[in-house]
Amino acid sequence: MMDQTILIDENGKRTDGRSIDDLRDVKITIGVLKNADGSASIEFGKNKIIVAVYGPREVHPKHMALPDRCVLRCRYHMSPFSTDTRKNPAPSRREVEISKVMREALEPAIMLEDYPRAAIDVFVEVLQADGGSRCAGIAAASVALADAGVNMRDLVAACAAGKVNDKIVLDINDIEDKEGSADMPLAYLPNLEQITLLQLDGILNESQFNECVEKAIHGCKMVYEIQRKALIEKYFGNDLPEGEEKELEENKEN
Amino acid sequence: MLEIKKRYVIPGDMIIEGNYRPLMNVIKKDNVIIATRIGIAESSKDGIKVIPLSGVYIPRINDIVIGKIIDNSSLSWEVDINACFSAHLPAQDVFGRDFSPAKDDMKKRLAPGDLVTARIITFDRTRDPMLTIQEKDLGKISNGEFLKISSTRVPRLIGKRGSMIQTIEQATQTRILIGQNGILVVTGKHDEGIALAFKAIKLVEEEAHTSNLTQKVKDLLNVSEEVTQTETNNSSVNNEHYVNNSNTDNNSSDMGNDHSSNITTESPRGST
Repeated sequence: MMDQTILIDENGKRTDGRSIDDLRDVKITIGVLKNADGSASIEFGKNKIIVAVYGPREVHPKHMALPDRCVLRCRYHMSPFSTDTRKNPAPSRREVEISKVMREALEPAIMLEDYPRAAIDVFVEVLQADGGSRCAGIAAASVALADAGVNMRDLVAACAAGKVNDKIVLDINDIEDKEGSADMPLAYLPNLEQITLLQLDGILNESQFNECVEKAIHGCKMVYEIQRKALIEKYFGNDLPEGEEKELEENKEN
Repeated sequence: MLEIKKRYVIPGDMIIEGNYRPLMNVIKKDNVIIATRIGIAESSKDGIKVIPLSGVYIPRINDIVIGKIIDNSSLSWEVDINACFSAHLPAQDVFGRDFSPAKDDMKKRLAPGDLVTARIITFDRTRDPMLTIQEKDLGKISNGEFLKISSTRVPRLIGKRGSMIQTIEQATQTRILIGQNGILVVTGKHDEGIALAFKAIKLVEEEAHTSNLTQKVKDLLNVSEEVTQTETNNSSVNNEHYVNNSNTDNNSSDMGNDHSSNITTESPRGST
């Protein structure tokens, strides 16, 4: 008889050594693409994702332009080498769904009325996938949009939570996604305290659902701190006078 | 004066609480001013604004821009102004009221590929920007080297009342035409001068938000203090090809201040 994969062992450690409330290591680099108006690359655990933002720019074809606001177009694409077995480069139904869901997660944050008759294009390219790539993509896209100088009400942070072995855990990776019993990606506007994406794949009862949402929001707040640190470092990093740095640290703790 | 909680802001950051007027790149929500772009927050007696550090050029009425002719229809030229929309220059502006596509040949005056200095006369939410070249110092650019920088760095490049750009011009013996859209045309007698001017401009673009930028530029150009003193006095008249726009003057006076970073904004202008 084959052993089942042990998802959470006796010490409370998961398959990659994390505890239940640990986020994977997240690293964000900004301004990685020369030709894009804004760009970011994110490493969320073993996920490696690059995002390019073009815009605001003219809409082609012209009939798709809206007279009073900007059109946001998102494309989520997984490269053929991003998963264990080769993924067909043609857009699959999952990628079309994630593109739509990503656009709806980013739209409330962007001030689209500021750019009538223009378009903003967001391209998310997954180079290596390991569970939770749509959340990582949204987090990186939000940073790339800020890098491109698009007016936004707030950054969008995203994180997933899920249920594994009847325990609610934060930030599930690929194995936990496949073998676990629920997966909930969530995108959140940290300063406005509003959710812009909420999906659930699995079965949860009411209390588990509430716990899962809370945990995911907590994860989003952690991701937001990393986003903000990356932006401040890129734009103001080398030059912060000492007083300002202390002020920033204090503000972070508030 | 007004106290700003954070000077360096990212989108969503709360800048200040209270009943202040939102000016530029900020929104007001429930008595709180929130930044909408990455930049440096500034307060003045008119209100609160954020000076952006990145972004595509958004056209503004009365801006002087440098554009490239892409195409022409029968009644106007289409001009690329490095912005989110392409502008158009009506043929009547160049040929006069009695223009007729049948008798006047548009390509003779301005052909695709030409660079022009123009002013934006109209732009609103329903129309693409419209340009004019019928003013002093506007029109086709006949020669020079072309350079593109981010439009958010242009006020810093001009400096306080043109000081930064004059420093570069004098040290390299060049003349630099600046468009608000981030396009520059450099003309000069010597190629080394032009190359050095390019280097200095790139330095300003990359380090626009740092202090001591003027000193770094002067070091790069090997300019001594006494030389710049006398020459800036002489060339205060040469301001006509710089952008004279009340917005940029405010910007340049704030960003051209490369003494200690002013967290609580500018010099006493009267009590609050």
